[in-house]
Amino acid sequence: MNQFISLTFEGIANGAIYAALGLSLVIIYQATRVVNFAQPALALMAVYLAYTVTQATGSYWLGFATAMASGTLLGVVTERLLVRPVQDKSPLNAIILTLGLLMVLQGLAGMIWGNLQHSFPPPMSFRDLAAVPISPEEIFALAAVGVVATVLFLLYRFTPLGLRMRAAAFHAESARLSGVRVGLMLTLGWGIASAIGALAGMLAVPPLLSPTVLDAVFVYGIAAAVLGGLDNPFGALAGGLVLGVGLSYVSGYVGSELTTLAALAILIAVLSLRPAGLFSRATVRKV
Amino acid sequence: MTSSLRRDDPPTDVVAPKAAPSTRPRPRIRPVLLTHLAAALLALLGVVALTFLVGPIEQLRIAKVGYLMLAIAGLQLLVGASGQISLGHGAFMFIGAYATALTVLHAPMVPLAAIMVLTVVVGCLAGIVVGAATARLHGPYLAGATLALAVGLPALALYFSDILGGSNGLLFKMRGAPPELAGLVTDNQWKAWVIWFTVLVALVVLATLSRGRLGRRLRAIRDDEAAAAMAGIPVGRTKVTAFVISAGCGSLAGACEAYLLGTATPSSFSLALSLSLLAALVLGGLGSLWGAFWGALALVYLELAGKELADLLGLSSSVADNVPLVFFGTLLIVIVMAWPMGIHGALSRLSGVVRRR
Repeated sequence: MNQFISLTFEGIANGAIYAALGLSLVIIYQATRVVNFAQPALALMAVYLAYTVTQATGSYWLGFATAMASGTLLGVVTERLLVRPVQDKSPLNAIILTLGLLMVLQGLAGMIWGNLQHSFPPPMSFRDLAAVPISPEEIFALAAVGVVATVLFLLYRFTPLGLRMRAAAFHAESARLSGVRVGLMLTLGWGIASAIGALAGMLAVPPLLSPTVLDAVFVYGIAAAVLGGLDNPFGALAGGLVLGVGLSYVSGYVGSELTTLAALAILIAVLSLRPAGLFSRATVRKV
Repeated sequence: MTSSLRRDDPPTDVVAPKAAPSTRPRPRIRPVLLTHLAAALLALLGVVALTFLVGPIEQLRIAKVGYLMLAIAGLQLLVGASGQISLGHGAFMFIGAYATALTVLHAPMVPLAAIMVLTVVVGCLAGIVVGAATARLHGPYLAGATLALAVGLPALALYFSDILGGSNGLLFKMRGAPPELAGLVTDNQWKAWVIWFTVLVALVVLATLSRGRLGRRLRAIRDDEAAAAMAGIPVGRTKVTAFVISAGCGSLAGACEAYLLGTATPSSFSLALSLSLLAALVLGGLGSLWGAFWGALALVYLELAGKELADLLGLSSSVADNVPLVFFGTLLIVIVMAWPMGIHGALSRLSGVVRRR
């Protein structure tokens, strides 16, 4: 029973990380109809920069701020320089472009910081309180993702900026006619999404940092986004939590090697019932 | 759906006009097949001749080009012809390699040809399972599911480590050149021949299929799924068929790799392999099997050139190891942005210019 409870909490905390990564994918997909396969690499770069800053200054939080800032910047630059020129062509182009970026950034990270693992401690030292089945690290992950999701919801739902961003994503032409600077809004969306991706990276990386460390997490992140439906931010959050808890049980009771396959199984089971995700609305495909 | 990445096929033959059956000549499947067979025979002779001219390491590389070409050609049928994107083709190579390794270890008397056929069957079965499960998925959803496959499947080797050998994989011995040819032909040479023979047979099948009804249907589905369905093409079944054939090719390529190297390890079927197969396909050019050839050539020799360049410049190992990755990634980005038809597209445009002069 104790194991069940601690697995559940671990699953919720991991699920929050997957949800954050899924959320960053969904924001970009909503805005530009591109699945950003380079998201883990952007996050990886941000985390490596944070690692460098933390090493130099000794402060985790300075590194954390670096990660957020560099994540945002990377997202903005990617959108402006790379994605915008191919965005209106076939989805295959965008997928291949972001995969190319993934390879470049992962390779660059390996070149600059080496392929070997660096130790990357979490913000809170690990104190195992026997009475409480949840670690401070997990609480931090949950709180961070919760705050981000809430702020994002408020931003999109209640501010003029959020309204403009939604308008630009929903119908670019009409938004432009109403005076919304669509290009700027899309770039902003990429920036916000990449910052969230960087946050997910900061939460997912500890204790060890290496160029491929985010691969598996990214698979879960994209699984979370796809589970909920790429068009629905709440879907990504719910998908992340479902996936996190499910995988935690698989890892705890069956074997940690099988978690990725279990993610695939969950993904296929859900998608064969609802091919566009749990929370998708029926869409019309144009002939 | 239009795409700048794909070569434009003439859209005329989506729905064949109904000619009276008695007057209509037999479909030209036989001449096409004969042309393909002749081309394959020429290619095989070329490879055999080439292996006599180069050293043993180069022979290994020639063999590697062969099986990578097969894997990429399978992907070509899937991505180029039917427009489904798979990020998980390394997983099918994994299946083929492990099927070969297990057969050799547990049933050493099975001849090589039977092993190859067996791996194709196993790969196709896996393709049926995955293809049927993912047939309703589109674009990013399919990419996400196959991504999970590419990362998740090699972990099976770790979970069933007593059968599949854990992270060290399986090590086994494959027979090289037959004893009658000892002294004339080296093991590497023989293996390169066997691999190219297998690959060319598979490519003839692939080329004939994609010139025939299946290829036509796939291109129709790729260009417009709803219109294809209305023209009476069984969309779901055709897409699964493409996936199955493509998986079979991947599996056979994995078997060839296992045969060449005598090992099957999970780390050689990483996500990076699946991604570089796709990268090579895009680099070579979507829409033609020639693209697979250029892609495989690029995969083997650009990686080599990158390593040699890094050695020449005296770069540290962490830099040198990552040179191919960065290089391929950059190439992908440049191609998508500036040169969407790949090497084959560029070559055929060039030959068109020459011919018009």
